[in-house]
Amino acid sequence: MKHFLTILSHEVRMLLVSTNTYIAAVAFLSLMGFIFTGILEDYSKAVQDVSPASVFFQLYWLPVFFMVPLLTSKCLSEERRLGTIETLLTTPVTTAEVVLGKYAAAYLLYIAFWGSTSGLFYILKRFAGDARLIDPGPIVGGYLFVAVSGLLFVAIGVFASSLSRNQSVAGILSLTFLVGIIFGGRYLGSVSWLDREALAPLKDAVEYAQINQHFQDFTRGVVDTRELLFYVSGTVLALIFSVLSVEAKLLHS
Amino acid sequence: MSPLPPQPAIEVNHLVKAYAGVTAVNDISFTVPKGEIIGFLGPNGAGKSTTMRILTGYLPATSGHVSICGFPVASEPDAVKRRIGYMPENNPLPEEMRVSEYLYFRGRLKEIARGKLGSRIDEVLELCDLKRVRHKIIGKLSKGFRQRVGIAESVLAEPPVIIMDEPTIGLDPHQILIVRDLISSLRGRMTVLISSHILPEIEMTCDRVLIINQGRIVAQGTPADLRKEVLGQSAYEIEAAGPLGSLPFLLGTIDPGLAVASEGPVDEHGFRTIKLKTLNPDDAGEAILRACLSEGLRIRSLSRNHPTLEDVFLAATRRSWDAVAENPKART
Repeated sequence: MKHFLTILSHEVRMLLVSTNTYIAAVAFLSLMGFIFTGILEDYSKAVQDVSPASVFFQLYWLPVFFMVPLLTSKCLSEERRLGTIETLLTTPVTTAEVVLGKYAAAYLLYIAFWGSTSGLFYILKRFAGDARLIDPGPIVGGYLFVAVSGLLFVAIGVFASSLSRNQSVAGILSLTFLVGIIFGGRYLGSVSWLDREALAPLKDAVEYAQINQHFQDFTRGVVDTRELLFYVSGTVLALIFSVLSVEAKLLHS
Repeated sequence: MSPLPPQPAIEVNHLVKAYAGVTAVNDISFTVPKGEIIGFLGPNGAGKSTTMRILTGYLPATSGHVSICGFPVASEPDAVKRRIGYMPENNPLPEEMRVSEYLYFRGRLKEIARGKLGSRIDEVLELCDLKRVRHKIIGKLSKGFRQRVGIAESVLAEPPVIIMDEPTIGLDPHQILIVRDLISSLRGRMTVLISSHILPEIEMTCDRVLIINQGRIVAQGTPADLRKEVLGQSAYEIEAAGPLGSLPFLLGTIDPGLAVASEGPVDEHGFRTIKLKTLNPDDAGEAILRACLSEGLRIRSLSRNHPTLEDVFLAATRRSWDAVAENPKART
């Protein structure tokens, strides 16, 4: 892992000069600002029984769908399209270091984007002057959920990028995977044929992989290690598959 | 005890690479001593790039043994990667980086100490005449500059072995000259393996040439040796006037194989161009001149035709295709 930091700093710099990053940042911040204003309007009209933070974070999947593809679709597909992966892998660098460095850079940026939304809460605190609106529990839980689930989402984006040398194909693939994992779980949890006795283990697995359920738990302040394990193991799997995918494509190039 | 023979820089033994049923490289063996510049020639699809990629450890070989500076590529890829500088075909470079940034990044990946890297980058920028563009974005550079950035990158870590796949492709003659001088300046210090389509290039820079076709080595040696081996003949051209009737006999006294290949038309001064051919590779120019003068022939010019590497290349690849045609099952 000698070269991990070299690649990480290089990738962060590359992301910071890429137009994709700024498109993602502008789209993300305007969307989040828009949602936040909408929430505040509802709260100013009538008293609600949940805190604005939990409503705000409930829409976590919306930015994930465009931000993760924009941040990650380029990382490995571009290297293969340009052929720079060849010069990269003929230095004393392992494929794992390359994939991890790129992953970590994309994740850092993902977190930085989300971190910037804390400004919205700061503005609310500064100007609303109503302590009930700023409930630290759901805010901390929401950010924790974003940080933990982001591990998996970004890893899925990196994996999708390793599958195609075309950046847009990689982007659409990662969007598909993300929709599948976020809404697929919700859908599978509601279908009736899974309720049969014989399929009980499958049903358990589906229940375990309910990302929305995890979100509810986090914002209520319940941090379950099984849920953490779900994201960490999913991330590790996605990254291992990315490394394998990059190496397999070398063999057939 | 006698000293050990110096270790070759590149050693390839019975290398085979097959992709899904197609044999790209078929039982190649060669060694390159340290400090030599070796040229790799072959038509498209001959297996040049594949061989180079296997040498760098980027692709695994199907069978055979490859070692760089004594380190087997298959079992010690890291040791090998620390000892090579590699410039792939088409010289891929990241578009959005500046030249100096790119070299810094590559230097760090190649494990050059942070303190030494800055001065080393200055050195290679100067060596490759890139100082003017050091702060430019690579994507906006012209082809010649990009190519030199690739070369600068491959010599950056001062590796003992440099492998360059078509370093002069797409350059104008002036830039080719610069690149050629650059490669020649590495002679003796580094072992350089270059592939090229431009044959005069290879002839001028390389100590030794390997010609490969359809995954096999069809000829190897110094350019001069190859001429003798593959073509095995010399040709002379004289412009003479006077009684030419006795010429064939005269030539026979010099060398029994020497014969008139063709005679040109007589020009307004009475001279005609006569082409001579022999299988004897030794220079017979002086003998021919003497014989002609003694018979009263007037000679305006005499020259020995040097077969170019191009002729050698064509002859060698044709020979290998003939061999394949005669024995079509040999490749499967």
